Amino acid sequence: MIILSNQHYQEILTHSFNASPMEACGLLGGIVEGDVKVVKKVYGLTNIDQSPEHFSMDPSEQFAVVKDLRKNGWVLLGNFHSHPASPARPSEEDQRLAFDRKASYLILSLLEKDTPILKSFRIQGGEAVEELVLRQD
Amino acid sequence: MKIRVNGNEVLLEKAVSLKELLTLQQVRTPEYVTVQLNDGFISASGFEDTTINDGDVIEFLYFMGGGQVK
Repeated sequence: MIILSNQHYQEILTHSFNASPMEACGLLGGIVEGDVKVVKKVYGLTNIDQSPEHFSMDPSEQFAVVKDLRKNGWVLLGNFHSHPASPARPSEEDQRLAFDRKASYLILSLLEKDTPILKSFRIQGGEAVEELVLRQD
Repeated sequence: MKIRVNGNEVLLEKAVSLKELLTLQQVRTPEYVTVQLNDGFISASGFEDTTINDGDVIEFLYFMGGGQVK
């Protein structure tokens, strides 16, 4: 399970709508308590592909995030990206390029603009398993 | 010699290349790894020719990318 605040959710939403119709992406930092991940900060990153169908995170920004996580005593919990015009499930490409089996892969679908859908997955061996996302104040 | 890898101190008995270091760090797909050596980027084509020296600071992370469902 991954827990994020409503403010974190709004940050993901805003970053994704701002990037639309391009895909948006970012990282999630926080703490791990047993099997539960608690998000402490959302990092909106630049999609250097600038594409509505693909994303690649800016490596310089990724390194800056890693250093900020370390400074705060947090760990990298996972990442998020938007699907501007498709459902919130991992594409074949998402699964092929998922190298961290511990990471949570969050996908925000903007297919229905008025009702965005955020889901999280763990991806191991090319297989995606949905995990619970809990939003709270 | 003593180096730092992703914030952790690592002791090496002998000089190694960056490629060998990534292997020691159990990186299975170096082609999908981005490396900073002392804050400078090293491209994958330079992994084999780059020698790690005492006091070096290495950061590496996996490429993160994907695409939407067709």
